[in-house]
Amino acid sequence: MRLPEQGVLRGGWANPAITRPTNPLALVASFIDKTLIIAELEIRKLRHDATDLLTRAVQPALWLLVFGQVFTQIRAIPTGNVRYLDFMAPGILAQSVLFIAIFYGIAIIWERDLGIIHKFLASPTPRAALVLGKALSAGVRALSQAVIIYILALLLGVKVNWNPMALLGVLLIVFLGAGFFSTFSLIIACLVKTRERFMGIGQVLTMPLFFASNAIYPISIMPGWLQVISHINPLTYEVDALRALMLAGGVSAYGVGLDMSILIVAMTILVIIGARVYPNVAI
Amino acid sequence: MAILETEQLTRRFGKLTAVDALTISVEPGEVFGLLGPNGAGKTTTLKMLTTLLPPTSGNARVAGFDIAHHAGDVRRVIGYVPQLLSADGALTGYENLLIFAKLYDLPRSDRENRVRDSLAFMGLADAADKLVRDYSGGMIRRLEIAQSMLHEPQVLFLDEPTVGLDPVARKAVWERIEQLRSEFGTTILLTTHYMDEADSLCRRVAVMHLGKVAALGTPAELKQSIGGNGATLDDVFAHYAGAELETGGSYRETTRTRRTARRLG
Repeated sequence: MRLPEQGVLRGGWANPAITRPTNPLALVASFIDKTLIIAELEIRKLRHDATDLLTRAVQPALWLLVFGQVFTQIRAIPTGNVRYLDFMAPGILAQSVLFIAIFYGIAIIWERDLGIIHKFLASPTPRAALVLGKALSAGVRALSQAVIIYILALLLGVKVNWNPMALLGVLLIVFLGAGFFSTFSLIIACLVKTRERFMGIGQVLTMPLFFASNAIYPISIMPGWLQVISHINPLTYEVDALRALMLAGGVSAYGVGLDMSILIVAMTILVIIGARVYPNVAI
Repeated sequence: MAILETEQLTRRFGKLTAVDALTISVEPGEVFGLLGPNGAGKTTTLKMLTTLLPPTSGNARVAGFDIAHHAGDVRRVIGYVPQLLSADGALTGYENLLIFAKLYDLPRSDRENRVRDSLAFMGLADAADKLVRDYSGGMIRRLEIAQSMLHEPQVLFLDEPTVGLDPVARKAVWERIEQLRSEFGTTILLTTHYMDEADSLCRRVAVMHLGKVAALGTPAELKQSIGGNGATLDDVFAHYAGAELETGGSYRETTRTRRTARRLG
């Protein structure tokens, strides 16, 4: 800190006229900057303690190794000329992204109970940047899952598409999926406000989201009502895009462009809602 | 001219009126204390002034900005240390400050120096690169005050700055607050229910009771008002808010305070 006699104007940085960006371009740049700072915060935390990421990898590994292997043997699910294990690998990637993102809101409640959120909300950071920054860091966490699933897929002989553009596409979809579901989770956390209620709702939501999607079986074998639900479930579009991008010769049912558009639009809507409800946690 | 003024500031939660037509005015460079038992409306007042909670009616201006209509400007000119522990235990002290230096747009060239300087100012230079979860309670509080001062705010809000601290740590926090005022001329609004704290830090205090100001003045004036000689602020407190000392403090509030105290311990 500087002493006044060094000739520095007191409160110089705190003068809004000096620090507040005014033209639209500067506003956007500032917004992106703030979003990245929030993500940086989360990444710094991960760097201090990453054990969480490894334990999170156990569940998808079990799905692939046990469920995947067995169902590949019995050929119960019609997956065309794609081996079942190959069919489900992108589904399990989407699932582990979902699981890591959907309980993200618990951290929001934890931070609220500690008082961390109050300080962020009293700072000039845009609310939407706080929410989007959290979504981005959920993406970073999910990325570790993607790496582990790719390694498992490799070991199990899944025909993976190693084209750099395809990998980049998977990366983007993983970020979008994690961002969407973590923001969804954040909104729920802001509404229910206690850990107990949040855990209850999280449990109730996770499995239906997973089973009412094309993650581990094609939608065509579902009963009609479930097909309808699956078609409005964003997870379906996430899995569809992953299936096209992750597998060698993978095909998309809806088109990767449409999948991405749906995820981007859905996530934008949630971030806007999230930015509105987020300040409520401090009350 | 007052740097902070409230006019009929009111906040209701359902039927409960937490803050009832509060009108106060704080001079630049002043340390102003809000006193009162739990549930008197101190924290609610602070939450409104820091833009976390919209008022039900009335208005307030901080450094010339209306808290409802220019919340963004208010946020740039204030610092805030919540009652709960707001430093992130999973980060180092340095990182905690660095993130806020960035959020407040401190110039990149100067950022690192200012973070190191303010850690040193708060006596935390040696602990800068340790994780905050390994800090003592007093160290965490000093870190939080450093964090809230990085952008040289014109008004600093401290909500129960020494709750749960041992006497030595409290003394250290008081010294820093006094130093901030004398060296930087920061206006400080703090809440407390420790009378000795108000007595030694605050130029003026307002005793709040059930959302209203029950008494306002310098500690000396207040002691005078209830009969002078030998009266302490404790007597003032008991006189203006005493009868209802047990009214406030819900279960949730109490568990929180206890949890904070335990983490600090």
